[in-house]
Amino acid sequence: MTNAFILRWLRANLFSSWPNALLTIGALWLLWRAVPPLIDWAFLDAIWYAPDSKACRAAAGEGACWAFIADKHRFILFGTYPYDQHWRPALACAVLIGLWIASALRRFWSWRLVPIWIVGLVVVGVLMWGGVLGLPYVENERWGGLILTLLLSTFGLAIAFPLSVLLALGRRSGMPVIQGLCVGFIELIRGVPLISLLFMASVMLPLFLPAGVTIDKLLRAQIAMILFAAAYLAEVVRGGLQAIPRGQYEAADALGLSYWKKTLLIILPQALRISIPPLVNTFIGFFKDTSLVLIIGLFDLLSTIKVSLTEPAWSGFGVEAYLFAALVYFAFCFAMSRYSQNLERELAKPEPGQRR
Amino acid sequence: MRLSAGDPKLRAVAYQAGAIVAAVLIGWYLVSNTLANLEARHIASGFGFLSREAGFEIGETTLIPYSAADTYLRALTVGLANTFRVALIGIVAATVLGTLIGLARLSRNWLVAKLAAAYVEFVRNVPLLVQLFFWYAIITENLPGPRAAIEPLPGVYLANRGIFFPVPAWDAAYTWVIGALAAGIVAAIAFAWWADKHQAKTGRRPPVSEVALALLIAPPVIAWLVGGAPTTMSVPAFEGFNFSGGAVLAPEFAALTAGLITYTASFIAEIVRAGVLAIHRGQFEAAYALGLRRGLTMRLVVLPQALRVIVPPLTSQYLNLAKNSSLAVAIGYPDLVSIANTTMNQTGQAIEGIAIIMAVYLTISLSISAFMNWYNARIALTER
Repeated sequence: MTNAFILRWLRANLFSSWPNALLTIGALWLLWRAVPPLIDWAFLDAIWYAPDSKACRAAAGEGACWAFIADKHRFILFGTYPYDQHWRPALACAVLIGLWIASALRRFWSWRLVPIWIVGLVVVGVLMWGGVLGLPYVENERWGGLILTLLLSTFGLAIAFPLSVLLALGRRSGMPVIQGLCVGFIELIRGVPLISLLFMASVMLPLFLPAGVTIDKLLRAQIAMILFAAAYLAEVVRGGLQAIPRGQYEAADALGLSYWKKTLLIILPQALRISIPPLVNTFIGFFKDTSLVLIIGLFDLLSTIKVSLTEPAWSGFGVEAYLFAALVYFAFCFAMSRYSQNLERELAKPEPGQRR
Repeated sequence: MRLSAGDPKLRAVAYQAGAIVAAVLIGWYLVSNTLANLEARHIASGFGFLSREAGFEIGETTLIPYSAADTYLRALTVGLANTFRVALIGIVAATVLGTLIGLARLSRNWLVAKLAAAYVEFVRNVPLLVQLFFWYAIITENLPGPRAAIEPLPGVYLANRGIFFPVPAWDAAYTWVIGALAAGIVAAIAFAWWADKHQAKTGRRPPVSEVALALLIAPPVIAWLVGGAPTTMSVPAFEGFNFSGGAVLAPEFAALTAGLITYTASFIAEIVRAGVLAIHRGQFEAAYALGLRRGLTMRLVVLPQALRVIVPPLTSQYLNLAKNSSLAVAIGYPDLVSIANTTMNQTGQAIEGIAIIMAVYLTISLSISAFMNWYNARIALTER
């Protein structure tokens, strides 16, 4: 890097013309006005640790109160789960994240993923509920925090995904009744806000069941989330199915394969492969949407943060609290979106031996 | 022809008959359970409750007058009006902001492009609900009370009770101004239509944009002058415990619109960027080679092609914004969902309440997509 090179880069990228130079100076001025005070507030003048909120109140307006997060982190991460058992949700979080990472690696892309997922989800269930292997039983009213967000999104997607493939196949089946049912379901769910589905799950679902049968709140919300995700994923899968050239269907028919053999061996492997990047984008949206369960009173990550703020000692630190929430969600979503972008680029490359 | 279990047509009929039977059975099971449950809980079904007195106050009743003595139906209408207000403002502002950010991300200026990219990447990856809470916390916790309100511009006050700003005091002349503006819009459209005809006939294009601009500006200004040129402003002034006069954006409304606009804009920015990137460079070069100026190149060559790529995903963003406005219930803005929720809690008419919400949103979704489909068909590529 020589000075001449730097100067040339600056000329080309920041000061190529008068309007451009003005734009650069304007942007620099904005940054200069915004960034140093922000750094002061968020880092230099921030209160990182304090036994109570007095120090934070004294610094109000000058520095951020991260001591609030430090004080409440166990509740924010694990909700009202018994305190001495917190290692269980922590381990369950690790298992769930591990499952996602394993599914993201192309090395694992095969039918082997199905048993891995089943074993992983059973392990998570045993860890969270307990009642066996000497683990005390914990009813799911006490689950909360980050683990609930991960559970809702993981179980939601794990069940919604196969359902969505069936819906997409149904929508393209050519049988008018089945097609009509699938289209009706997909368009109905996609046409209404998720909130109304969650309200429906929390107040209407109990009315649908025969007297004496009850489903707890978490499961009801989970059902609504599954139906919601299935409708959106089905449209993505349908896009993948539509992108498969007719010749593939005709070749499979010519080989005399049955419908299910054709679908499972020829069509789906290709269709799902090209729909992975948009599927991951839908996963991101779904992960963000799990935060809506707060409105029907479940304790997900955002909810535990909001509840922490209602404690009189810590009320009024909403900006810090929601920034923290934003960073946690951002970490998960950004990782997924980067992964999907990389994958898209890789899948666009021709495979070795493939004709261009 | 011989009937066999392997015959695909026969199998299709059997599958579909099975599907119908299953759907009817499930439907009958759910309905009969629901009826039994309603009877056991002594809940009368039906929409009769809509004409009963609501008995609760609503914070925002700008568009439709309402008091606690009005009916549930009127309360729900107020909620619907508030939903429309937020959705409409949100769609317009998010489109403008999103387009600007999308173009900024394509800018040759490295700093501007990187700032726009950082904005998009951050805002897109944080749930809207978190952003709404964040904006609401900023307004209600970090802004001072009305007594010590911040005054960024003369007459504009930021306080934890809302954003106060001056508006022109009402005068009869403004009715005429609005009427003149409407007449001007009609005249401008008619002129553009005539200009197209004229150009098709003679090959010469009349100066459309100049005339249209004049038609839009001159009539309202003349109406204002003829009406006595009223200049009185209603300025917010601090009185007692709060501001009076001027107009106010409630904290809930401000937080909801700010959240919806910034969130949706980040998605629209990506759509606009993809649309412009989809235009081949040869199109620009060909237009320049034909001697079109930069503005005309954009309007006649680039935009019509980019819009084809942009409109379908933009439609789904508009739909998302309309549906996301239902998150208002979480920060206490009285939109349709939030008022329906209150109604359900007070009357116990859960099924009817949810049916109303779903019917309204389905209507909104279907009408927006119908309109956008019509628009999309208009601009679609016409091939031989």
